Amino acid sequence: MLEILAPGLLTTVQDAGRKGWARYGVPSSGPLDAAAFAAANTLVGNPPDAAALEITLAGPTLRVSRECLIAVCGAAFDLWVGTLPVPMWHTVYVRAGRIITFGARRGGARAYLAISGGIALPPFLGSQATYLPGGFGGLDGRALRAGDRLPLGGAAARDVMQRAGRAWPTDRRPPYTPEPTLRVVLGPQDDYFTTEGLATFLNSAYRLTPEADRMGVRLQGVPIAHRGPTGIVSDGVVAGSIQVPPDGQPIVMLADHQTTGGYPKIATVLRADLPLLAQCLPGDSVSFTAVTLAEAQRAFSKPCEGCE
Amino acid sequence: MPDYPRILPVGEAAFTVEFGATVDETLNRQVHALDVHLRARSVPGLVETVPTYRSLLVTYDPQVSRADVMRATLTDALNTLTMADLSESRLVEIPVRYGGEWGPDLADVAAYCGLSAEAVIELHAQPVYTVAMLGFAPGFAYLLGLPEALATPRLATPRLRVPPGSVGIAGAQTGVYALATPGGWRIIGWTDLALFDPGRAEPFALRAGDRVRFVSL
Repeated sequence: MLEILAPGLLTTVQDAGRKGWARYGVPSSGPLDAAAFAAANTLVGNPPDAAALEITLAGPTLRVSRECLIAVCGAAFDLWVGTLPVPMWHTVYVRAGRIITFGARRGGARAYLAISGGIALPPFLGSQATYLPGGFGGLDGRALRAGDRLPLGGAAARDVMQRAGRAWPTDRRPPYTPEPTLRVVLGPQDDYFTTEGLATFLNSAYRLTPEADRMGVRLQGVPIAHRGPTGIVSDGVVAGSIQVPPDGQPIVMLADHQTTGGYPKIATVLRADLPLLAQCLPGDSVSFTAVTLAEAQRAFSKPCEGCE
Repeated sequence: MPDYPRILPVGEAAFTVEFGATVDETLNRQVHALDVHLRARSVPGLVETVPTYRSLLVTYDPQVSRADVMRATLTDALNTLTMADLSESRLVEIPVRYGGEWGPDLADVAAYCGLSAEAVIELHAQPVYTVAMLGFAPGFAYLLGLPEALATPRLATPRLRVPPGSVGIAGAQTGVYALATPGGWRIIGWTDLALFDPGRAEPFALRAGDRVRFVSL
């Protein structure tokens, strides 16, 4: 059992997401920073897609009812087990009954806490991922609250306990920065924009507005000029799709995105680069660089790429 | 004007196959035909498909099927496509209580269209619609086939909560809400048919490509 003593600002249960329901209007959900999520699971000996906590901006206080391993990856937080400070991106042994406390955030937006055995809530449409707009998945489709108790999967084997102390190699952590350059594949509706509009998109920096959540991130900067119509007949959207509404200010869709949308999409962010965006805060500045589809596919990696 | 159909990249792990740029019954039939065609075969690397009015989104695993291979698969499928016979798709009857507390915007729709409320109900319950796509929110069904005489603009101010089961009109479209969401469609009726029930083997009552008839109660 994992008990929530204080929930933090927005803490949800996420696994790798729901697949196969987009045709019914259900997005995949799952972690916004899939790289940190998979690293945390791998560090505690879980499959990389096991259910874990996504922690946003302010961290929770938790108590474990049994001995376990935890790992916290992603946004940089001060972290304690009992009174002992412990590092992020490490496998940490926790005795039964100990309290895990998140302190100050030093950078980034979202951290992932994985626990050996994984969180074991009943799946909804095949997944434990919380989808807040639909009110389903995770624990009753909502963010966690003080007093919630999360069941855990099978107890970690003794040899798993020997993992304690392991670190995730620095060179396999995403290169987080408040000013990331995100690689994109242009299209599918890049022909809805003028040559100047495309040049603006690729040569300007865009600031994150406060309208940034699990559904998507509104950016603000030099408006991107449409060639003609500013709307399309709604079509399919993926995480990473960059929609440009009539005001020319781009919106990058994230894991809880609507499955269809009626704004032309100038480009799609590579999945490998979405973790960088997931860690940006309002006021941070992102820019975009176009790569070919072949280059994008060479950069494609499953979140658990390099997993042990 | 671009040549259709066209296969456009949506990042490194999806393509969208566009059959045209408009809301059109023939285009939508082509979308469903390609969807049925791909789903009937085990295409290596195919993850899922999302049919919409005039295009099919195809997501795939590039570590199983590289872009050029998937593009060739889609091109072949387009070349051998036979139109899905939608007359063989399911016909789902949706019982609707029109007007009153069930359809708070029925009177406004009637006034806008210059019809009586009874005429709006009769016209709305007449056609056999096609579920063009599901989107916007889980289970929200966009239907093709609304009589032109019923086209009514959206509400100027969307409602914060539209109850599940609401049947609405927006522009030339009609649709059904499966979950409680905010929404700007004009609500003319309500169905107690559970459009979404996670306990059912098939949680969503409607699939893209289904035919639908509203039955006035």
